[in-house]
Amino acid sequence: MPETHPKKDVGRPASNLPPLSLHIPEPRYRPGDTPDFGDIDIPAVEATPRPGEATKPDAMRELSYGLVRVLDFDGQAKGQWDPKLTPERLRIMLRYMMLVRAFDDRMFRAQRQGKTSFYMKCTGEEATSVASTMALDRGDMCFPSYRQQGILIARDYPLIQMMNQIYSNRGDHLLGRQLPIMYSAPEHGFFSVSGNLATQYPQAVGWAMASASKGDSRIATVWCGEGSSAEGDFHSALTFATVYNAPVIFNVVNNQWAISSFSGFAGSERTTFAARAVGYGIAGLRIDGNDPLAVYAATQWAADRARTNNGPTLIEHFTYRSEGHSTSDDPSAYRAADEATAWPLGDPIARLRQHLETLGEWDTERHEAQAKELDELVKTTQKQSEKLGILGHGMHQPFETMFEDVFEEMPWHLQEQCAQMLAEQEAKFGPNWKPE
Amino acid sequence: MMPESSSSATKTMNMIEAINSAMDVMLERDPNMVVMGEDVGFFGGVFRATAGLQKKHGKTRVFDTPINECGIIGVAVGMGAYGLRPVPEIQFADYIYPGLDQLVSEAARLRYRSANDYICPMTVRTPFGGGIFGGQTHSQSPESIMTHICGVKTVIPSNPYDAKGLLIAAIEDNDPVVFLEPKRIYNGPFSGYYDRPVEPWSKHDASAVPEGYYRIDLGKAATVRSGEALTILAYGTMVHVTKTIVEEMGIDAEILDLRTLLPLDIDAIETSVKKTGRCLIIHEATRTSGFGAELAALVQERCFYHLEAPVERVTGFDTPYPHSLEWAYFPGPVRIATALTKILKD
Repeated sequence: MPETHPKKDVGRPASNLPPLSLHIPEPRYRPGDTPDFGDIDIPAVEATPRPGEATKPDAMRELSYGLVRVLDFDGQAKGQWDPKLTPERLRIMLRYMMLVRAFDDRMFRAQRQGKTSFYMKCTGEEATSVASTMALDRGDMCFPSYRQQGILIARDYPLIQMMNQIYSNRGDHLLGRQLPIMYSAPEHGFFSVSGNLATQYPQAVGWAMASASKGDSRIATVWCGEGSSAEGDFHSALTFATVYNAPVIFNVVNNQWAISSFSGFAGSERTTFAARAVGYGIAGLRIDGNDPLAVYAATQWAADRARTNNGPTLIEHFTYRSEGHSTSDDPSAYRAADEATAWPLGDPIARLRQHLETLGEWDTERHEAQAKELDELVKTTQKQSEKLGILGHGMHQPFETMFEDVFEEMPWHLQEQCAQMLAEQEAKFGPNWKPE
Repeated sequence: MMPESSSSATKTMNMIEAINSAMDVMLERDPNMVVMGEDVGFFGGVFRATAGLQKKHGKTRVFDTPINECGIIGVAVGMGAYGLRPVPEIQFADYIYPGLDQLVSEAARLRYRSANDYICPMTVRTPFGGGIFGGQTHSQSPESIMTHICGVKTVIPSNPYDAKGLLIAAIEDNDPVVFLEPKRIYNGPFSGYYDRPVEPWSKHDASAVPEGYYRIDLGKAATVRSGEALTILAYGTMVHVTKTIVEEMGIDAEILDLRTLLPLDIDAIETSVKKTGRCLIIHEATRTSGFGAELAALVQERCFYHLEAPVERVTGFDTPYPHSLEWAYFPGPVRIATALTKILKD
C-alpha cells in the first residue's frame, strides 16, 4: 500500500519556546493608589492640522492617533480647528452644559430620595453631547446611548418631560414602560434609547442610508461608549457605513470606564478608538472631549463631510467619567478615588467658562447668577413634575397600557391576558376597584 | 373566501415567482419600500426570489448587503424609523441568529418602548426548513424562536397563491413580520416521499396567482380539507405531506393550514377540534419547546372536554438537522401514519 501521509510531522515544531501566557488587562490605578496621568500625550493646540472635509481617510490617518484641541489650558482658542464661535454662541453652549449638570445633580438626588429607581449622570462629559448637538442642523437625527441627555437639553426639549419620564409618572409620554433616562423624542430628532448597547449604531446607519436614498439633506449621528465599541453592532455599523458611504457621524465617548471595566477591556492598550476607523476606510478624529470647542469643531467638520456625500466620520471623544456609571454603581470599589481631579484635560464647563472670561465675555458674578437661576429652574420644574407622580406611588399609567403598542392592533391573546390582569387587580383591591 | 384584490389576470406561478411578484407589486405601489440582503440585487437571490427586481426598480430600492445579519436587520430598523418600509432577506433562516438581538430587542419592541414614537414596519423574508440536503446550517425551522418574541408576527405560507397574498399583507403591516418561506416547496408541493418525482406547482390549483395586488389577511388559517375524524394542525411544507398521507390512508381528517403562527387563528382551531374531538399537530421543527407545544397547550386549555384522545405531536427530532440521514430525521409518511393510527385507535 502506498503511504498517503508522511509519518513525520511536516509542521514547524514549537519546542524550545517559553510557555504561552494569557494577558488580562489591568488598569493602572486601583482604590488607594494615587493616580498620575502625566504620561498621557497631549499635543499642543496648534499642532494638529485641519484637513479639508473631503480628504480621503488614508490621507488623514494621523488624526485617528492624535488629539484635536482648540482650547489651551490658559483658556485661549487657537489653531486651525478653532470654530470661531461668537461670544453669544459660547454663552449659550455654557448655559446648556450648566443646565445639564444642574439637572443631573437634582435627578441624582431624587433617586437617592427614593423618588425613582435609577439615574445616570454625565458629569464631565457634557461637552460630548451639548457641543456636538450645537454643531448639527436641527433636522439631523441623533441616535443616543444612555448618557446623552445633553442632546435633549441642547435642543430645548422640555425639562418636565425628561422628569416625567424619570418618574414614570402620569405625564410620562412613554407610559412608564422604560427605565429612567431612556427617553424618546422624535420631534427633537432624538431616537428612542434602547438600553441594549450599541444597537443604535447600525440603526443610525440605516437612517442615514434612507436619507441619502431619498435625496434628503439630513444626516444621522450616533453615540456609544468606548466599552460598547466592542459589540458586534458597532462593527456591523462601520461596515455598512463604509460600504454605502452613509452620511453618518459615529461618536465614541471614551470616558475610560465601562462600569468597573477600564477601557483596556475594549482594546485601548493597543490602539485608539478613533483608529477603528482606519481599517474601515472611514475618517477618524480623536479629540479632547473635555474641550467643548474641539467637540464642536470636529462635529462641524464631520457634518459638512457627510452632507457633501464625502461619507462617515468616527470621532473618539477622549474624556473621563467623573462619577459612577449610574445610581447603582460605586466606583470607589474599583478605581482610585481622585482620578477625576487628576484627569489632565480638566472639566468642560470650567474650561469654557475660563475661555469666556479670558475673552472678557463672562465673569464670576454672571456665572454664579446663572448657576443659581438654572438650579431654581430645575427645582421649580421638578415640583411641577412631582405633582404628576413619582415612581411607585400609585400615580402611574392605567394598567391596560401594559398591553398596548406591543402591536398596532391588540391580538386576541393579549386581550385575554389584559382581561386576566385587570381581574387580578380586582381580586387584589376589591369589586369597586376601577382601572385608573 | 374572497381576498381584497384589484382585478387582474392570473398566471401560473411557483412559490418563488409568487413571492417575487408580491415584492414587485409592492415596490411599484409603495415608493418607500426597499428590498435588501445578501446577493438579492444584480444576481436576484440564491433562490431567485428577487430576480429582475433591481433592474426594474433601481439600485437604491433593491440592493446587495454585506454578509452581516446584525447589520441587515439593524439598518432596516433605522430605515423604518426614517419612514421607509424595508423588506430584508436573510439568505437562510439558519443565518438569522447574528441578527436576532436587533430583531428581539429592537425591532420587536420599538413601538412599545417608544409608545408609538417610532415603529418598525419591516418584513424579514427568509427560507427555512429541510428536505433539500442542506445539512445542519441550511435546514432549520426556527419558527418557535420567532413566536416567543413579543412584538413580532410570524407567517408561513404553503403555496404560491397564499405566499403572494400573505407577503403583501406582511409588507403592508406596520409591525415587524418574520416571513418564513418553506424552501422545500418553492418549486412544487412535497408529498413526503423523497424518492418520488417532484410534482410542479403548475399541477396545483394554488399556482393560479393574480398578477396584480391582492392580500390575505394575517392571522387567518385555511381549511385545506374538511373532515370529521380528527383535526390536523400543520403549516408550510408539512401541509402537503400531511394531505398526501391522510388521503393515502383514507382518513376523513380536517387539515388546517395555520398560515400565521402569531397572531394565531385560535377560533378556527377551537371550532375544528371541538367538532372532531381529536387533534394532531405536525411540524418539521425540533420537538421540545417547538410551536407544537404551544398548540397542544392551547387545545387542551380550550377543548379538553371535547377531546377523545390525547393531543399528539409529529415533529422533527431534537438533534441538529443531519445531512446524510435527512430522511430519517424528517417527519415523513411513517411517522405521520403511526401517529394517525395511534390517535384514531382510542
